[in-house]
Amino acid sequence: MLKQIEGSQAVAEAIALCRPEVICAYPISPQTHIVEGLGELVKAGHLAPCEFINVESEFAAMSVAIGASAAGARAYTATASQGLLFMAEAVFNAAGLGLPIVMTVANRAIGAPINIWNDHTDAMSQRDCGWILLFAETNQEALDLHIQAFRLAEALSLPVMVCMDGFILTHAYERVDMPSQEQVDAFLPPFDPRQRLDPAKPLSIGAMVGPEAFMEVRYLEHVRQMRALELIPGWAEEFREAFGRDSGGLMRTYRTQDADTIVVALGSVLGTIKETVDAMRDKGERIGVLGITCFRPWPSAAVRAALARAKRIVVLEKSIAVGLGGIVAANVRASFGGHPDVVHTVVAGLGGRSITRESLARVFTAASHGTLAPLTFLDLDHGLVERALARERQTPHSGPVAEGLLRDVGVVAAKIS
Amino acid sequence: MAFQPIKFYQTGTFTVGNRLLPDTERSVQSTVRRTNSLNSGHRACQGCGEALGARYAIDAAMESTDGQLIAANATGCLEVFSTPYPETSWQIPWIHSLFGNTAAVATGIAAAMRVKGRENVRVVAQGGDGGTADIGFGCLSGMFERNDDVLYICYDNGGYMNTGVQRSSATPAGARTATTAAVGANPGNPFGQGKDLPAIAIAHGIPYVATATVAELRDLEAKVRRAMQIRGARYLHILVPCPLGWGHDSSLTIRMARLAKETGIFPVYEAENGEVTGVSKIRQKVRVEEYLKPQKRYAHLFSPKPREDVIRRIQEAADRNVRKFGLLEAAP
Repeated sequence: MLKQIEGSQAVAEAIALCRPEVICAYPISPQTHIVEGLGELVKAGHLAPCEFINVESEFAAMSVAIGASAAGARAYTATASQGLLFMAEAVFNAAGLGLPIVMTVANRAIGAPINIWNDHTDAMSQRDCGWILLFAETNQEALDLHIQAFRLAEALSLPVMVCMDGFILTHAYERVDMPSQEQVDAFLPPFDPRQRLDPAKPLSIGAMVGPEAFMEVRYLEHVRQMRALELIPGWAEEFREAFGRDSGGLMRTYRTQDADTIVVALGSVLGTIKETVDAMRDKGERIGVLGITCFRPWPSAAVRAALARAKRIVVLEKSIAVGLGGIVAANVRASFGGHPDVVHTVVAGLGGRSITRESLARVFTAASHGTLAPLTFLDLDHGLVERALARERQTPHSGPVAEGLLRDVGVVAAKIS
Repeated sequence: MAFQPIKFYQTGTFTVGNRLLPDTERSVQSTVRRTNSLNSGHRACQGCGEALGARYAIDAAMESTDGQLIAANATGCLEVFSTPYPETSWQIPWIHSLFGNTAAVATGIAAAMRVKGRENVRVVAQGGDGGTADIGFGCLSGMFERNDDVLYICYDNGGYMNTGVQRSSATPAGARTATTAAVGANPGNPFGQGKDLPAIAIAHGIPYVATATVAELRDLEAKVRRAMQIRGARYLHILVPCPLGWGHDSSLTIRMARLAKETGIFPVYEAENGEVTGVSKIRQKVRVEEYLKPQKRYAHLFSPKPREDVIRRIQEAADRNVRKFGLLEAAP
């Protein structure tokens, strides 16, 4: 059924169609509308049987989900930013225990300085935690990925994180095609857990494991993720047949067939990138796009194949490995068969800075002319940075960095519009 | 192996031998019905109070729930000594997730049971005083506040014994630990710090809170039984002496627990819905020195220079408990 609704509401309704049995809620922007929506559905009796639990922290949210999942219930929670970091210990734990929890991450920057706007630092900080990480490009895909996520998680006994850009997707009112309960029921079988706490068959879960088997536990986690690489394309295909649209999969290419320059990115920014690429194509530039949907497991072979003919690669990412450069770029470089110098990193949109078509066109053009630096910070205010550095040279007591910069900027709101 | 009837011995203490009681009043531990939920063969130290407390409590909970019990366990001694896989001492469904999230994991299990219509399956969460009073305090308070159907059992041995006897917020004043050394002007753990967890639990207004020690088995079992008759958040705080951390002979575990109660240092009581409803009276009040002296963690209070000032403060605290809870029998 077609609906014009907020991204968060769309995800809430899709989650409800997946019949979660335990939902843990803790507010953090920009994720909050999702659990609010679910809370209302449970309270009104539209989602039943389901336990909706208001917990006292994200750490508790993931921990309640761990208990519920280990006891055989389909468990869901949502978070963002600081919340994901606050639950980090339990995030790793859920993966280590092999519990198929599904969690939405409404991607948001990490403080300090505190910032509520979108980038991918939160999810990227947990990229090696053992969860499957899926990134949605649109609200429709966010909705669809959740339906696929439960199936993927439960088939592999691995938790799945569905990432959707905070505000840009979560708060955007867009048209979505909401599947029917029958469609979702046909695609997603009931949860049949690999392990279950049950007095009828007592099990010990979470024992101490020493050097004799720890490596093997981790290796099996890796093997399961590699198995996901094989399964995801088939399920995306099955999803297309059942629901009549393309959603999910490992990655998607756009106008890459004869492209000399390929832009690699994740999430909602792909829309702006495609528009920019269309405009450049009109001017005769041979440029295309590779959108990564599945970041963990990393679809190395597929990425390698997609980039095989490219002369230049621009990885545009909303995250930074401080002291190195790009996070996504490092992954791309590892999969790229050609010379690593061909892979350029463009760090963009940190803390919600707008990524405009004009700025994208500038860096993409520079790339095709061979003048793009290996690492670029899109629309970085170099003047502002220089003033801060000058201050630090002037006095050893230059004070807190962020506050100094803000004094220089003057009107704060001007930068986030 | 042929059936071996359990033998009961007169213990030379205040305990009533089971043989003097009718069958129905005998402790769970004394009957062949006991489930040995925490089975023998685990790796606890000789004289471990926590191993005793856990076996007593979980066996009693198993009896009360007719075997329909799931346990969540915090990281700590109990977790480590009971599950050096592939061996596990647990005969019940049991999960260990993290150090600080046990109450929340238990909430999740209880929610799963409720959603599946299996509310006859009950949930116990258990941890040491570090996992309860310190790192797990947020999750514990959340579970209390929501009144989730979980019995949380804290085995209080007054410190982080698993990591080598460091101070927790349940370490008693004056006690030496690895992080409150017996040096300087005020040796050992400072006075005026720490958390009174049972009082904090009561302040949440949860339906049932009780304290117990491993010295009074029948009292402990009765409290578990009472707790399992109630729905909602319940808290049981069991004092479990630790020969390693307290530095007493491993044969003195029960005696130490009894002396903690008989001095007034550890008041044994229960509370329902925010009000204290019963106390275990002290049968023969003893001075705190008797409790302190056998423990090396208090050795600095006796030699080289006796610290009567410190001992007096500990005595005053014990006397305050006696007054506050009315722990002495009224004069005949």
